[in-house]
Amino acid sequence: MGSVMGSMTDTLTLAVELAWWQQTGIRAVVGLLAVLLPAGTLVYLFLFKMMSFMQSRLGPMEAGPYGSLQLLAEVGKFLQKEDILPRKADRVVFKAAPFVVLISTFLLVLVIPAGPDAWFIDVDTGIFLALAVSSISVIGILMAGWASSSKYSLLGGLRAAGQLVAYELPLVLAVMGVVIQAGTLNVQDIVMSQANGEIFGWGGIGNPFILTQFVGFAIFLVAVQAELTQPPFDMPVAESEIVTGYLTEYTGLRFLLFFIGEFATAGIFAALAATLFLGGWYVPGLDPTSDLFNVIGPAILLGKVILVAFLIFWFRFTYPRFREDQLQQLAWKVLIPLSLANIVLTGVLKVVF
Amino acid sequence: MTALAALEGMDRLTSGEALVAQNVAFAIMAITMVVAALRMVTTRNVVHAALYLVVVLAGVAGQFLLLGAEFVGVTQVMVYIGAIVVLFLFGIMLTKGSFGEDDGVSSEKRLMAGLVGLLVFGVMAAALVDSFEDAEVAREAPSTTAEVSDSIFSTYIVPFEAVSVLLLAALIGAIVVARKD
Repeated sequence: MGSVMGSMTDTLTLAVELAWWQQTGIRAVVGLLAVLLPAGTLVYLFLFKMMSFMQSRLGPMEAGPYGSLQLLAEVGKFLQKEDILPRKADRVVFKAAPFVVLISTFLLVLVIPAGPDAWFIDVDTGIFLALAVSSISVIGILMAGWASSSKYSLLGGLRAAGQLVAYELPLVLAVMGVVIQAGTLNVQDIVMSQANGEIFGWGGIGNPFILTQFVGFAIFLVAVQAELTQPPFDMPVAESEIVTGYLTEYTGLRFLLFFIGEFATAGIFAALAATLFLGGWYVPGLDPTSDLFNVIGPAILLGKVILVAFLIFWFRFTYPRFREDQLQQLAWKVLIPLSLANIVLTGVLKVVF
Repeated sequence: MTALAALEGMDRLTSGEALVAQNVAFAIMAITMVVAALRMVTTRNVVHAALYLVVVLAGVAGQFLLLGAEFVGVTQVMVYIGAIVVLFLFGIMLTKGSFGEDDGVSSEKRLMAGLVGLLVFGVMAAALVDSFEDAEVAREAPSTTAEVSDSIFSTYIVPFEAVSVLLLAALIGAIVVARKD
């Protein structure tokens, strides 16, 4: 890709001209890190520590200082566990299911930019691509639920599919407001329009869309919570009703893959929310085209991800589980009409101003 | 900077090197799609058939991307893989009594199905060959999302609205059929 490479090398101010396959290799490695590092951070920071403090206990303390190596211990534990395949399971589908979920996660991370030139793919369809690939995970979950040949798994899979399909709509519709305001689907351009935006002529802090799209932000977070099948929307894995739903028959590495997928997706959705509503890799006070952002952008983005993830996990640890019918009612009767009203209002205001 | 801006200064797209890469990618995807499509109609397991369909549809999305029709490719993933196949799987799993192999896929309708398939293939092939013959696809100008939306909401506004009304009617019809009271 001619000029892409040109802009890469121009702004990196490196003398090396990287071949396309070398760039692709670097992007693949960085993509892997961009999925796994935030996932590990979230698990340690929120699942191990914040949840413990909220429940007046210390959480893991033994492995490393403040239990910071607990994550490695957990991975080691899962790797040692016996790999069990149910006798009646559909072997190929059973084994493939966690990877389908992970494929969706790894495709999701591609659209998130971490600086003016630090991106994986800079595509025109941007956020639309993200929402499309996020729906692939439903197939993985249905595969897991069906292939386990266990009624709990099947029920969990069906619940998950019903839930994910229902909450996909508010998720997409909540993003629409941002897309209308920015006038583009391209994620990089959405960040730029927030960085260059003005609030009634005052451009001091740009115009992060959370100010004008607060309703969209709230709907997006609720829908993300449901997409992640986390409490209060964890009916697909409700342990008091259907054991652990579609995860029931999974052990060891395969369970770990689902687990990583869940938290990596949480991190990536938080990154999407940060990019769409909080200005992404941009902080006020600097020129958004400055090369500096290629270096500090990822750190700024991670900071915002942790901020959004804090909200996501806060809800996770504090709310009790919904009932299945309440869940569907919330999606179809509250969130979707609300997001449609938001779109209409945004459209009208966009034309007026 | 958009993908289009990236493509404008691009001579690699029309150069021989890029074409070879495109053809190789096309061949890999096409072979996968044909194999998956054959397995889809020959497998005796309904869920497997639906999963093979996912492979075929993903291949279609890949072929759209290869042709530079990015928006259509992503829509393909969103609508067909993310919604329609999910509903297929959902329906199968809700209604199927047992797991694993089953011979519920009746073989008596195979002849008719094969006949219909052959007919559709013949009509499509004839129509495509007749209307395009040896015309080349414009390679240097991939369609952007903005172009797609502009043409939908200007040139094709009437068909677009007609389709919208048709879908709305289908939606309301489904509710009317499903409601008991």
